[in-house]
Amino acid sequence: MGFLDIRNATKAYGNVEVLHRVDIAVEEGEFLVLVGPSGCGKSTLLNMIAGLETVTSGDIAIQGRVINNVHPSKRNIAMVFQSYALYPNMTVAQNITFGLEMHGVPKAERARALEDVAQLLQIDHLLDRKPGQLSGGQRQRVAMGRALVRDPDVFLFDEPLSNLDAKLRVDMRTEIKKLHQKLGRTIVYVTHDQIEAMTLSTRIAVMYGGHVQQLGTPKDIYDAPENVFVATFMGSPAMNVMPAKVRVADGVPHAALADAEGQEVLLRFSQPHLAAWDGRDILLGIRPEAITDPDGADRNSSNIEPLRNRIGVTEPAGADTFVTMTLGGKDAIGRMRADAQVAAGEMFDFAINMEKAIAFDPQTEARIKP
Amino acid sequence: MSVATQDTAVRTGRVTRTFIYVFLLLFALFYLMPLFVMLANSLKPLSEITEGNMMALPKVWTLEPWAKAWSSAQIGVEPTGLRPYFLNSILMVVPAVAISTVLGALNGYVLTKWRFRGDSILFGLLLFSCFIPFQIVLIPMAMVLGKLGLAGSIPGLVLVHVVYGIGFTTLYFRNYYAAFPTELVRAAMIDGAGFFQIFWRIMLPVSGPIAVVSVIWQFTNIWNDFLFGASFGGQSQPMTVALNNLVQSSTGVKEYNVHFAGAILAALPTLLVYIVAGRYFVRGLMAGSVKG
Ligand SMILES: Nc1ncnc2c1ncn2[C@@H]1O[C@H](COP(=O)(O)OP(=O)(O)OP(=O)(O)O)[C@@H](O)[C@H]1O
Ligand SMILES: [Mg+2]
Repeated sequence: MGFLDIRNATKAYGNVEVLHRVDIAVEEGEFLVLVGPSGCGKSTLLNMIAGLETVTSGDIAIQGRVINNVHPSKRNIAMVFQSYALYPNMTVAQNITFGLEMHGVPKAERARALEDVAQLLQIDHLLDRKPGQLSGGQRQRVAMGRALVRDPDVFLFDEPLSNLDAKLRVDMRTEIKKLHQKLGRTIVYVTHDQIEAMTLSTRIAVMYGGHVQQLGTPKDIYDAPENVFVATFMGSPAMNVMPAKVRVADGVPHAALADAEGQEVLLRFSQPHLAAWDGRDILLGIRPEAITDPDGADRNSSNIEPLRNRIGVTEPAGADTFVTMTLGGKDAIGRMRADAQVAAGEMFDFAINMEKAIAFDPQTEARIKP
Repeated sequence: MSVATQDTAVRTGRVTRTFIYVFLLLFALFYLMPLFVMLANSLKPLSEITEGNMMALPKVWTLEPWAKAWSSAQIGVEPTGLRPYFLNSILMVVPAVAISTVLGALNGYVLTKWRFRGDSILFGLLLFSCFIPFQIVLIPMAMVLGKLGLAGSIPGLVLVHVVYGIGFTTLYFRNYYAAFPTELVRAAMIDGAGFFQIFWRIMLPVSGPIAVVSVIWQFTNIWNDFLFGASFGGQSQPMTVALNNLVQSSTGVKEYNVHFAGAILAALPTLLVYIVAGRYFVRGLMAGSVKG
């Protein structure tokens, strides 16, 4: 049993089920990120935890207390909304203390709490302003202040950074992470930005079509995705997924696929259990950073396979140069060091880190496990 | 090339502008003409009017007609002037406007932020009430007022106008609140505010523009209403009915100057409301319609 338990929670609007049997146990102090494409049900799940949406079936419990029918204000949660939802007619100070006032906290205590939070978020100088007189980043801070001041069991964030410009978003991301490390509170955070998910979370739930596709640490999700959706959703550029065949040679399974010229190439797998798939079709998943120039290959890898292939397009991106090529009949992207000698249209000797390669069942799109 | 086009653009602008202003001025004069006639004639003795020149300014200026219209003119059988009826109208219009506006705001709040099964149908029915002609409800309304013991009284008139106004006020507030972010209400719920606290502390403070629209609309309609006043006024008839009685009286000479003064007196409160709040009227109307 976790600190916050979501047990078999379903949500249906009329006959349409938009969340299917979601099961997540969040430990105290965890930073859980719900990530997924638009419309996958992230906000719905968060609103169910907040009590803003009813739970159709299943349970949601905080510290063992089932809260399905508890009013939002009595769940001891606080929420930061995407639009910040600051009360336009109140000053920053009133915005932050409104919740305390409604909960009957005495005035002196409210003032003290306000001071603490204002200091923590460095908004002391803004307390007398109205939300309309604040910048986007300042509004964001006030919205967080309103959540922090309540000192809740669980913080809920619904895409809190999506209205900020790119630079500010990165700054606030760091700040939220710092806050979490400092306060050690339990957080459930919704985003559709996979970088936010990777950097902030202690665990990620990747959602799609109302299902939790995979729940795990950022490393789990990245290195051992359960299926093609998770593999391609997390990571930028996305993982290359191409059709291939398993071929066992000298007792070792290889991936057989066509290069740009249509010639078959063999890449040795590190996973012996794939021998059972001898002769069958698979989907081969290789992340861009596992396709490199030979000097850029991971030195710790036990299985670097050479691949001579024609370069399609090169895209210098400062620190790296991305190279596209045709592999297995699909476009694949590789990540070279910036000074790798690559030119469009020429043959090049790539190094493929097959230790990180993943094979998926083409029927179910699930990762093939031992 | 670009200089030339800019030049013509400016010149065209100036010509068009002059044209528009002249045009608007003419229209303004045209519309102000009746007011001018009323004002001018209410300030001259009756003899000057009967001599025949309605358009002329008074030769002798007098406030006599105003005083007469206000306090001593024959209304029906009593020589009371319009004063008591003016008071009736005030006693009717203030509570009727206040109650219908508050109820409209509450309805709009519920219909947008506390949605329930069948709320659109309910709203549709409320809207429907805006299209029912007054005449149709006269007899049923009379029966209801009789049953309630409110027939011929000011509270009766207030009730009639509130019932009739709710459709409009609800429409205004619903459209206005539809554009109001629901996340604010949700945030307030999490903060622990209840139904009325959210209404009072979060919604009402930002409802100024639409409240002005609702007040102006209701005030003008209720103040200017004649049919309900004549039908259900009984002993407490409003200003409009009294004005009619003054102007239509078939006995004695027709004192046109007094009639003009009385008519202006009857129109003054609505005029005042427009002058004070008119600026917000357009603003609020736009806010509600565009965003809603
Ligand atoms: N009131 C409703 N009635 C019917 N379906 C709804 C309702 N609210 C949401 N949905 C559906 O539920 C699904 C999940 O919606 P939700 O808002 O949780 O998505 P999300 O993952 O938060 O997406 P986004 O990233 O765009 O915010 C969507 O397919 C949506 O169409
Ligand atoms: Mg959402």
